Amino acid sequence: MTPAATLAAAATTGPGFLSPTGVEIAFLLVGLATLGAALVTVTTRQLVHAALWLVVTLGGIAVEYLLLTAEFIAWVQVLIYLGSVIVLLLFGLMLTKAPIGRSPDADSGNRPIALGVAVVAAVALVWVVVDAFRTTWIDLDGPVQGSTKVSGEILFQHWVLPFEALSVLLLAALIGAIVLSRRNDPADAGDAGDADARDKGKR
Amino acid sequence: MHLAYPAVLAALLFCTGLYGVLARRNAILVLMSVELMLNAVNLNLVAFDVWLRDTLHAGQALTLFTIAIAAAEIGIGLAIVLMVYRNRGTSDVDRLRDTAEGHEPDPNATGDSTADTTSTARPEVAA
Repeated sequence: MTPAATLAAAATTGPGFLSPTGVEIAFLLVGLATLGAALVTVTTRQLVHAALWLVVTLGGIAVEYLLLTAEFIAWVQVLIYLGSVIVLLLFGLMLTKAPIGRSPDADSGNRPIALGVAVVAAVALVWVVVDAFRTTWIDLDGPVQGSTKVSGEILFQHWVLPFEALSVLLLAALIGAIVLSRRNDPADAGDAGDADARDKGKR
Repeated sequence: MHLAYPAVLAALLFCTGLYGVLARRNAILVLMSVELMLNAVNLNLVAFDVWLRDTLHAGQALTLFTIAIAAAEIGIGLAIVLMVYRNRGTSDVDRLRDTAEGHEPDPNATGDSTADTTSTARPEVAA
């Protein structure tokens, strides 16, 4: 069946909300867990717990990718987000001497405004999205669309130039992070830039 | 699967991240919320890519690029936060008010760039 025919059939006699498939039920349950973990992440007062709840959130999103048959993205998500980004965030929390216990000032003073903005945005977005895609179904049957083979083929056939540009960007970010986080000690007078000169003048 | 499920989940995750960005005080928690927003966008990209059955799979390719850019962003962001923490002794975004209007440099504020002799005991503050 062609996609157009599928869409036409779905628009007229599509599966209803009252007869969800197993994939839909799994997606809904994992989505609820993900959303709950995300809410705990942004509301908890313990900074390290926020990072650990972020692990649950990102892992849930990886499971959602798997349910959407995007396998390669799911494992990239697990590798990069759960593997490196969370570790970076935990290192950042430790290096800024974040308090381990409950910190009373984790939230700033504009919390009610933030809550209002977020609720208004959520209501508007959900309303628009539900209204727009009420009669749209994803056809998850057929060949897997996000397997490693498919991803590799499209990435190295159609997206080679952005891919290579991205590697240059990653290199630039790496060097930038090293330069930014390097400690400007007075001892290493090898590169006496303006900052170093001012630094020594102050000391 | 109904397309509304991933779309609604992505919208709600985005708004959760929006609340975190606006309400959190610690800069690293703000970065975590930014990650939430980026993940919501990624979920949308993957869902619409699977729905449209694009031959180029632009959604999945852009998701991969977004993940890589998010990794670069978190590295640079953490480096900046660490430098701010070393220079100011705090990573609270509320206290970084040098460019805010109506908050003129306070002589008692620690680590202000105009105040040379700060009263803190931190040796890195003068850097």
